[in-house]
Amino acid sequence: MDQQLGYLAAQVTVRAMSRREFMGRAATLGVSAAMASTVFASAAKASGPVKGGVFKVGLQGGESTDSLDPALAHSTVPFMNLRAFGECLANVAPDGSLDFRAAESVEADREGKVWTFKIRNGVEFHNGKTMTSEDVLRTMERHSNEEATSGALGIMKGIESMKADGDYFQMTLSTINADLPYLMADYHLIVQPDGGFDDPAAGIGTGAYTVEADEPGVRHRFAKFANYWDDTKGHFDAVENIVLNDATARTAALKSGQVHMIDRVEPKIAQLMARAPNIDVKSVSGPGHYVFVMHVDTPPFDNNDLRLALKYAIDRREMVDKILRGYGSVGNDMPINAAYPLFDDTIPQREFDPEKAAEHYKKSGHDGSPIVLRVADGAFPGAVDAAALFQQSAQAAGIPLEIEREPNDGYWSEVWNKQPFCASYWGGRPVQDQMYATAYLSTADWNDTRWKRPEFDELLLAARGELDTAKRKDIYSKMGRMLRDEGGSICPMFNDFIDGVSTDVQGWIDDPNFGMMNGLAPQKCWLAA
Amino acid sequence: MHPIVTLVAQRLALGILLLFAASILIFAGTTILPGDVAQSILGQQATPENIANLREALGLNDPPIRRYFDWLFNALQGDLGTALTNGRDIAESLGQRLSNTLFLAFWAAAISVPLAIFLGLVAVRYKDRWPDKSISGVTLAAISIPEFLIGYVLMYFIAVQLGWAPSVATINDNMSVFEKLRAIALPVTVLTLVVLAHMMRMTRAAILNVMQSAYIETAELKGLSGFQVIYRHAFPNAIAPIVNVVMLNLAYLVVGVVVVEVVFVYPGMGQYLVDHVSKRDVPVVQACGLIFAAVYIGLNMIADIVSILANPRLRHPK
Repeated sequence: MDQQLGYLAAQVTVRAMSRREFMGRAATLGVSAAMASTVFASAAKASGPVKGGVFKVGLQGGESTDSLDPALAHSTVPFMNLRAFGECLANVAPDGSLDFRAAESVEADREGKVWTFKIRNGVEFHNGKTMTSEDVLRTMERHSNEEATSGALGIMKGIESMKADGDYFQMTLSTINADLPYLMADYHLIVQPDGGFDDPAAGIGTGAYTVEADEPGVRHRFAKFANYWDDTKGHFDAVENIVLNDATARTAALKSGQVHMIDRVEPKIAQLMARAPNIDVKSVSGPGHYVFVMHVDTPPFDNNDLRLALKYAIDRREMVDKILRGYGSVGNDMPINAAYPLFDDTIPQREFDPEKAAEHYKKSGHDGSPIVLRVADGAFPGAVDAAALFQQSAQAAGIPLEIEREPNDGYWSEVWNKQPFCASYWGGRPVQDQMYATAYLSTADWNDTRWKRPEFDELLLAARGELDTAKRKDIYSKMGRMLRDEGGSICPMFNDFIDGVSTDVQGWIDDPNFGMMNGLAPQKCWLAA
Repeated sequence: MHPIVTLVAQRLALGILLLFAASILIFAGTTILPGDVAQSILGQQATPENIANLREALGLNDPPIRRYFDWLFNALQGDLGTALTNGRDIAESLGQRLSNTLFLAFWAAAISVPLAIFLGLVAVRYKDRWPDKSISGVTLAAISIPEFLIGYVLMYFIAVQLGWAPSVATINDNMSVFEKLRAIALPVTVLTLVVLAHMMRMTRAAILNVMQSAYIETAELKGLSGFQVIYRHAFPNAIAPIVNVVMLNLAYLVVGVVVVEVVFVYPGMGQYLVDHVSKRDVPVVQACGLIFAAVYIGLNMIADIVSILANPRLRHPK
């Protein structure tokens, strides 16, 4: 309840909620009027975000090979850089709704095939030009272009045609997709002048901050953009993203006050860190999860009894306790959890059951030769330990697992999506459709379980066109159950995003989409005066 | 021509030849690395189409020998090309990193070399007494502890608990020299501790070796004090081995400090090289390799020449 009250208070502080609304909602939490009033007062006193200051963020996932080209971003530091200097048509808000940025609104035709975005007026690029629908069109064209090698290429594939017309930008899809606006919130798709065709890595966008220093692998500094359109965001004079790949260096920098916020706090030190008086540890559950993936078309994993045997032979609670130290939740052999809209929470949770595992193992008729599981430290944090736990719990069911340790170097090119049984992770997607389309559609490049079921594909397409949410939820539930009972993914746990935040920082709001408030902490937070 | 000039010219020519050989080794090594540049750049985002596009764009489909000579020809003109991964000019970004590395190495050397030699002299002067034993004990203990551990320990006490120096040693052009020195205080301390023992022990051993000679006894009989004997008579004759070990440690300070760079987030060449190796960015790896090789060869050459100059028998061959 404290957390919820804190969330409400934060809403007040960012002026997203009135006093009346706050008191009403606090009452539903069972808080006395007097106490609610005090909390409101202290939140409101801190209210009116304080402008100014230099906000320093310590981040892992930055290399000297990084570029400011939005198409090439795929790790945390480039992501945070794009967030600082650019904006998409819309962001996914913490509550799962859309927070419109470069666009003002969106409308679909009755079928859900033609989507029209109204482009916001009076938005200026850092080079002084005014953003138009033509810039939006060119941006989308560049990401659809194979030559740009954009990480958003997959998203752009379902688009048949696009056009810009005055204040409007229109997309026509080849198949119906009710989730299209969510896809446009992909972080690669920040609007660039003329789509960034002439100089993709120029670092010119419409975001709250302009690029001041760009030293890949070291630091990226941004200064407040004076002509930013939204006065309620971007309170700092400057923001500095400092690359701190080493976990201990990150922790020390936060503790000694050299940075205000760090990402990826290691679960094993999170509790110790929370005890420090000037640091808050923010643990937010999200859609990211760790998996062991089997190719369902390769023996012995083409036998569903063997797959079920392995799924019953893993102790999910032990994994959450020992690998995530409680900073996460158990998985259910499907890639979807409560962080997604339209999640069906009635799907029964699969538990560790060595007897059932032994039964299925026997039924599968496996010859008893060891089953090789490939794993590397880089597959996910604690992957090697998780594999060892899996080996032990499988042994209890009489299933011989053999762990083959692979080097981190080249793991994603030589092992993942190539070997029939290995460890991996998924960062999650804002909506179920995108998650399924990325990894479980027959034609998906990243179908790392080789899950190719026409009936599953049909359900996915049917859900896209289904505008009745109850029916849509039903279809997604069916798909989740299919994967849970027959799929090739063993999903033991969903990991939380764990960030370390100095108590000087105010305005924090839990955002399940990604760590660091979905990368928007530099926009939404401010430093206490 | 004076034999010394010939000798130096010979060494220089040999060094350049060696550098070419190193460049071939570096190229061969980077070519046979497993994995594919395009695949590594795109990571999990890779699809067969965008891999093919990227390979084409990067010119990876050319034969390796042609790529090697193209690169070598350009490198000789000072053009190291652009990084495959982010399209930046290598000479420019490398220059920045190299100057950072040299800055750190310079200050570490400026502190550790005189300190090591001084401690070595003191150890000889008080041989087998408590100053000798405590100097040896402390420096040997420091070299035996892994450098990242010393780094973490210093970080915990000096940066986090006492707040005397920053734990993040990031430096940039906007900082004054004093700010930069404050930023690198901890990494310089760690590096000093790491290289001290080797140089100190070598100084001690080399001078002790000379101290057995008859002319030292003569010097003592002349009535010179202990330090004067060591400083005026023993040290000049022990220079050759000392210079050798000093140069080896200087080379280490330039090419081998990646762990310290990572721990203190120092923007030097080590981290730059590692990032590009893991992305299979061949031109950058080659450029770094070449510079590292040049540093090693250059410093060893200097050590060679200095020991020849310091030795009258080599200086005036019969």
